Amino acid sequence: MNINATLIGQMIAFAVFVAFCMKYVWPPIMQALEERKKKIADGLAAAERGRHEQELAEKRAQQVIHEAKDQANDIISQAQKRGNEIVDESKDNARVEGERILNSAKAEIDQEANRARDELKTQVGGIALAGAGKILGREIDEKAHTDLLDELVSRI
Amino acid sequence: MASETITTSEYIKHHLQNLTFGQKQTEIEPGVWAPSGELGFATSAQEASQMGFWSINVDTMFMSILLGALMMWFFRSAAKKASAGIPTGMQNFAEMVIDFIDDTVRGSFSGGKNNLIAPLALTIFVWIFLMNLMDLIPVDLIPMAVAQGAAVAFGADPHHVFFKIVPSTDPNATLGMALFVFVLMLYYSMKIKGPGGFAGELAFQPFGKWALPINLVLETVTLLAKPFSLGLRLFGNMYAGEMVFILIATMYGAGLVLGSFAGLLQVGWAIFHILIITLQAFIFMVLTTVYLDMAHQEHH
Repeated sequence: MNINATLIGQMIAFAVFVAFCMKYVWPPIMQALEERKKKIADGLAAAERGRHEQELAEKRAQQVIHEAKDQANDIISQAQKRGNEIVDESKDNARVEGERILNSAKAEIDQEANRARDELKTQVGGIALAGAGKILGREIDEKAHTDLLDELVSRI
Repeated sequence: MASETITTSEYIKHHLQNLTFGQKQTEIEPGVWAPSGELGFATSAQEASQMGFWSINVDTMFMSILLGALMMWFFRSAAKKASAGIPTGMQNFAEMVIDFIDDTVRGSFSGGKNNLIAPLALTIFVWIFLMNLMDLIPVDLIPMAVAQGAAVAFGADPHHVFFKIVPSTDPNATLGMALFVFVLMLYYSMKIKGPGGFAGELAFQPFGKWALPINLVLETVTLLAKPFSLGLRLFGNMYAGEMVFILIATMYGAGLVLGSFAGLLQVGWAIFHILIITLQAFIFMVLTTVYLDMAHQEHH
């Protein structure tokens, strides 16, 4: 345990190691650590921003869904209204058409009835004439009695 | 014990002697010594002390430079790989150490921006930790290997080859580091306060300018006490720790019962010593930071 030149040697070695550390070890590692710190901070900020944006998007989505529901309700109620209208219209149409058909049918029936009556009159006149002819024989001239017969027929 | 032929006292002395290289002395007449002009390793404690100041403890220098180089290699390779990406393995460890040092320095150094303090603190902490860590290697392992190796390679007498593997048990190493810190303290005191300001600080505190001589004595003692306490605290702790290891090791030769008891003691002391070696490295680092911080402070 003597104090000797090792003291100076140790001082020099220490100084050299400190200088080396100061120049080649500390700066690059600290720089890397700072960069990483910054990167992590940026990442956290980005995550925060992302979460915020997600919240906004969710709100917007809710709004869109709400609007869509409103619109759908509107459309449904409109459609129901329109349906009712159509049904009413159809009913009216049907009634009018029914009446028209009925009227035309009645008119036709009347027409038919008149025609049938006319025909019947003619036939009855014929039959009466024939009957009278048979009863009276040849005494009745067809031509001479046509007026009489027609009168008869019209009276039936 | 290393051998049957040496006593416990010799064994302990052998373990406490550094491998000193310097100029050998010869006794020209009884009690009077003169340099013999021959360079070589001291083969005894007496020879080592006769070599005077201009000799060097080769084991201390070799171990400390080896450990320092190991540390620099490790951190340099970490620095090369350093990136803002995800760190892995040893990279992670290096960054953890550096982050710890950075936090500690930020906590105790307030002298503004200084690019030296943090790397200095890192070097001190890791280097001293590694040097102290050598204490946990079994006391006989490397000294005996070196002694036998020297005997085989150079034909040296193994009993006169010394090798202390813990540089921080050599006061030269710890005081050398403390002196470097002292130089830095003086440099920054001069730089920040100017030579006049620094001299004023020594002369006009703490009792004002009318008690200048007393101030000068007090402040000079305070100033000088810093590096000495710094160096001697580390030396004292490590020296005492190593001494306990050596004393435990002497018990191994004393039979099976005492030997196994010594084994238990050694494990216990080693576990406790892990705390001490880390704590001493940390204390040296923090005190250096604080001293340099004080050198940066302007007193009014």
